[in-house]
Amino acid sequence: MLWVDHMIRIRDDQDQAAFADLFDHFAPRVKGFLMKSGADASLAEECAQEVMATCWHKAHMFDPARASVATWIFTIARNRKIDVLRKQRRPEPEDLGWGPEDEPDQADVMALQQESEQLGRAISELPPAQRELIQKAYFGDLSHSEIADQTGLPLGTIKSRIRLALERLRHAMK
Amino acid sequence: MEQKIKHHLTDEVLMAYAAGTLPEAFNLMVATHVSLCDECRAAVESYDTLGGEVLDQTPGNDVSLTPGSFAATMALIAGGAPDTIRTTRGRDTVLPQPLLEYVGGGLDNVKWRSVGMGVKQAILPTSKDASARLLYIPAGMAMPDHGHHGTEMTMVLQGAFQDDDDYFARGDVEVANSDLHHTPVADIHEDCICLAVTDAPLRFEGLLPKIAQRFARI
Ligand SMILES: [Zn+2]
Repeated sequence: MLWVDHMIRIRDDQDQAAFADLFDHFAPRVKGFLMKSGADASLAEECAQEVMATCWHKAHMFDPARASVATWIFTIARNRKIDVLRKQRRPEPEDLGWGPEDEPDQADVMALQQESEQLGRAISELPPAQRELIQKAYFGDLSHSEIADQTGLPLGTIKSRIRLALERLRHAMK
Repeated sequence: MEQKIKHHLTDEVLMAYAAGTLPEAFNLMVATHVSLCDECRAAVESYDTLGGEVLDQTPGNDVSLTPGSFAATMALIAGGAPDTIRTTRGRDTVLPQPLLEYVGGGLDNVKWRSVGMGVKQAILPTSKDASARLLYIPAGMAMPDHGHHGTEMTMVLQGAFQDDDDYFARGDVEVANSDLHHTPVADIHEDCICLAVTDAPLRFEGLLPKIAQRFARI
């Protein structure tokens, strides 16, 4: 599902109905992401609300030629996780200086959004064991050996599966 | 005039940066390298994209919200955007932006401390699970033993160094662990300035110690 139109309605018209749809889809996911990363339910909920409020406030900075809505919300949630759960600063790379353009090229927007959807499909089509490992890499601070303990798989198998999964994803991105 | 970067960060480190699971010092290394390296920047952005899709497909995404959560969020929004602290955007030919913020200015603001033989270092303020420092090695000088007790990454900011058959210039990163015995030597043409991060002596129980084993075989 393409959420770009929702973001544009939020950005241009402060459209609360569009925001409600976005909230219903993403807020529970952000809460789930933060809980899997070690937050208790009430902290995760509080952070999820802050993440969604940030989405509203920073809607003018969303650039659909650079990120899908899911990616953008993920990066906000990821940064919030580092701030609140890990109490650390998050050094960001130097800006490239291309900044948000007034009206990004529609072809770039389409290409980026389609690529993200393709990646989403590629993940859902991964064998369950590989999909689970990719997910674990994003949730919390599980090391490979901890993953090994949890899944009962030998370390070498895990490393090669992660590599294989990434190769498949890269292939799917082409 | 940037030279072509030959020695990059690993996919696992770039992915962990996107996932937000690295110690702060390693995040600083990634942010600094990516500031100079388009290739790794593209990789990080694709791992951000992967993160977005993982978020979208989170198992247990049925985590329900408390009643009134939406109303509470609208109340947050009505309260206005929180003040964001805009860090001053300086410019420095040696230190990329992420380092300027940690040094508190350009190269002139680095608080060097001598460690002997003309070598200087400056520890940067990060969380304690790993450490970051700038190293200054006079041209032609061998790098001091600065303790490979864990995983260490060294990135060149000025000058260059030679380590066995490998030559590391601005932007290049060398990854080493405690099993690697080497004597990097600064290039004779210019004093060498590096960013070095390490998880020692506190051991970081994450992806990194495992990754370094691959490099130890070199
Ligand atoms: Zn690179």
